[in-house]
Amino acid sequence: MYWEYVIVGYVVVLGGLGLYSAAILRQGRNLSRRVPPEKRRFLD
Amino acid sequence: MTTTNSSPTAPKPSDDDPLAKPLAPAHTGSALTFRLGLAAAIFMGAMLVFGLVISGPEINQRDSARLLYIHLPSVAATYLGFLVTLVGSVIYLRTKSLFWDMLAGASAEIGVVFCAGLLFSGAVWGKPTWGVYWQWDPRLTSTAVMFVMYLGYLALRRMDLPPDVRSRRAAILGIASFANVIVVHYSVQWWRGLHQGRTLGVDTQIDGLMLFSLFLGLVAFVLTFAWLLVHRFRVAWLSHQVEELGLARALAERRAETDPTGRGRTP
Repeated sequence: MYWEYVIVGYVVVLGGLGLYSAAILRQGRNLSRRVPPEKRRFLD
Repeated sequence: MTTTNSSPTAPKPSDDDPLAKPLAPAHTGSALTFRLGLAAAIFMGAMLVFGLVISGPEINQRDSARLLYIHLPSVAATYLGFLVTLVGSVIYLRTKSLFWDMLAGASAEIGVVFCAGLLFSGAVWGKPTWGVYWQWDPRLTSTAVMFVMYLGYLALRRMDLPPDVRSRRAAILGIASFANVIVVHYSVQWWRGLHQGRTLGVDTQIDGLMLFSLFLGLVAFVLTFAWLLVHRFRVAWLSHQVEELGLARALAERRAETDPTGRGRTP
């Protein structure tokens, strides 16, 4: 009972987290290529 | 993880150049984020299995109670995000360290994402339980205010201001905004409303499997928060480096324009 609410809740919350994570990882990849190794402090 | 070219995406240094340094991998991942991400994925998977399959429905709320396995962990991750922003802001004002300023900003952004999740999961839980998606109850209202305040904090961080002025103002707002987090947390005790009181405490009466599912969700969301925080901080750091490199390049070009010989002005 009420499974439709459960499914919508889980899909939106976990899906939103997944999309945000993907955006951050993608942004990191794009920026990483533009920064030389000597400027990459805090990245290891 | 060291910044060696262990990643398949990293460009290889030239073999015939003895001075070539090993290039860094073109991403923000490391051994730390790998372990955090793996642990978060394992706990998230376990939470889904226990929360949606193994644990049974609650006697009154039926299956809608399963939403609490993501709602409460979202609350915990939101509080944690804004707490890190508070700590980062306080330390930034004392030390003026860019590290703490960036950490505060990264944490606030992730906190806002989790806060959106908690508002949404609360709304879809409220419809079958209360009959409405939204009610201007003290807990719900103060949470919405908290969400908007931290959106304002993020907007301030994107304003076109001198970096030190922007960071100082953001730090002050990051500290001031945390007052509302306290209001949110104690709102169910200070005012009577539709929202239930504390779910977890020393006198918690909750079925063992449901409690375990909730525990798995809490660990999964906190680990996800930590994983995201490391990545988001590194993105902020890289973004800052790109800005500085762009500024240095622009200055060099400007100097070259004013002095085409490259020898500088002589008196």
